[in-house]
Amino acid sequence: MTQNEILQQSPQVLIEKYPFLTSFFDGQHWMADLNPTRSLAELFALIDEGFAEDHAFDADAFIGQLIDFITEMQAFIGNDTFKVNKLTILPGTNKSGEPEGFEKLDFEPKTITSIVGPTGSGKSRLLADIEWVAQGDTPTRRKMLINEQLPDSAWRFSGNKKLVAQLSQNMNFVMDLTVKEFLELHAKSRMVSDADDLINRIISSANELAGEKFSPDTAITALSGGQSRALMIADTALLSQSPVVLIDEIENAGIDRKKALEILTGEDKIVLMATHDPLLALMADQRIVIKNGGIHSVIKTSAEERALLAELEKADIKHQKMRTALRSGAVLQGENLKY
Amino acid sequence: MNLVTISGPPSSGKTAVILKTAESLKQRGLKIGAVKFDCLYTDDDVAYEKAGIPVKKGLSGSLCPDHYFVSNIEAVTAWGVEEKFDLLVSESAGLCNRCSPYVKDIKAVCVIDNLSGINTPRKIGPMLRMADIVVITKGDIVSQAEREVFAAGVYAVNPGAVIMHVNGLTGQGAYELSTLLFDENQHIDTLKGKKLRFSMPSALCSYCLGETRIGESYQMGNVRKIDLKNN
Ligand SMILES: Nc1nc2c(ncn2[C@@H]2O[C@H](COP(=O)(O)OP(=O)(O)O)[C@@H](O)[C@H]2O)c(=O)[nH]1
Ligand SMILES: [Mg+2]
Repeated sequence: MTQNEILQQSPQVLIEKYPFLTSFFDGQHWMADLNPTRSLAELFALIDEGFAEDHAFDADAFIGQLIDFITEMQAFIGNDTFKVNKLTILPGTNKSGEPEGFEKLDFEPKTITSIVGPTGSGKSRLLADIEWVAQGDTPTRRKMLINEQLPDSAWRFSGNKKLVAQLSQNMNFVMDLTVKEFLELHAKSRMVSDADDLINRIISSANELAGEKFSPDTAITALSGGQSRALMIADTALLSQSPVVLIDEIENAGIDRKKALEILTGEDKIVLMATHDPLLALMADQRIVIKNGGIHSVIKTSAEERALLAELEKADIKHQKMRTALRSGAVLQGENLKY
Repeated sequence: MNLVTISGPPSSGKTAVILKTAESLKQRGLKIGAVKFDCLYTDDDVAYEKAGIPVKKGLSGSLCPDHYFVSNIEAVTAWGVEEKFDLLVSESAGLCNRCSPYVKDIKAVCVIDNLSGINTPRKIGPMLRMADIVVITKGDIVSQAEREVFAAGVYAVNPGAVIMHVNGLTGQGAYELSTLLFDENQHIDTLKGKKLRFSMPSALCSYCLGETRIGESYQMGNVRKIDLKNN
């Protein structure tokens, strides 16, 4: 639509045509008391200098942003079906300038990759490279492909399109809302129209992960640590826009970690997980070893490691049983130690 | 020299982001200078100095900080040119959320943090709406959902901006930001003749000029009354 065509339309007609404009017009306080059935040109004519100054209103800037918003939202909605089927990293160099120890590293939906290496070795840089869809223009000189192609620059610059969602131990809910209100708000920001069903699924998934159940009317800030983590994971799995999820240190999250990973991979996420917990590291399909700022090697989880994982899981179940028993006031006995 | 103006609410992370970004730029051998505009007090100059970044500070005192900014940015730019900086960064706090002393053709960055509340993007005026780049900080302490909701709020008021997440503590995202701040083909020698992106309020009442007494008879100039009847 051209500038002139837009000017002839009223806010009301524009919203009918592009429902997503509601959020844009909500942010325009100068419009608050004006008649939304009049055309923009007519509304502009009502605005004198004093009014414009009071509302920090600038007609050219407004029209420019309105057109930007419509164009980008249309692209965004049209692109919602775009699926990341493969993310590829092509090697760069480590801090000493030596080439990284792999040829080509692929990540596909439903797969889990763990990342190991000492703190400060380059895990954050790797994540940042993915987030920024590096094109040989970051300190590591890595290059990324999406679906085997050079990625669209919108992955870098658009506010609505981010490749990576992040979950870490330090994150908290800060909004003063109930679980339900919160999820509705998130759904709205993602332009999900009929969100009730989705919201119920998120809440029941989260309740499966956390030991103690919470209701949709609980305030998000009143959730326990484990419940918060569970809700964040379920929400990220089902409602986040980002195809890649990075999990950073959820070792002591107080949730069912195996199930958490299943929920994420079940929603077609590419899961990356920075961890040194053997149980989590071995749940991954592959692991990336980082040294000296570069990827030193990529190891596929072997059959032997998978067998070890089964052992570890048994031990983990035993551990959790004892925790539950302790919590309910039981005295631990020898049989608690049996598998 | 490149000039970038960075503004944002107090404590949103402007200094933290600038320092982290400057680290990346310095590694590329670029010379960075800073100027801090504030109202009554700032100790940001100490932080810049500690990081080895030459800095000037300007306190507006009893004047409108944004008017003060416009009246001084030209002289400060001349200082930067003289010092042969590759990049001069000006940091100023958007104190009344109304103004944005952004200059046409000069890169403008607004720093805003995830903790500031979901309606904040709507409350901030031209400072956010007219920015070329919006940097969102403190994503490390809120949930993914809140980050997405907040970014969507920013996007709704400034759809044309580049929206980036930068962590002021760890510097995650700062390298990426640095690549957008410095452009080797850009050369600013002076700001003379350049224009503001947006006019500032014509606030000229007796209190602007130092009046301290309260009462109808002392109010002169551009005075506006709260409407208590239809409120
Ligand atoms: N957790 C966290 N804290 C931050 C971040 N960015 C800045 N801070 C902290 O927020 C406070 C205010 O930052 P500062 O840069 O001084 O804000 P300014 O007033 O906008 O310059 C400082 O204590 C910073 O360490 C961030 O991304 N995450
Ligand atoms: Mg500061």
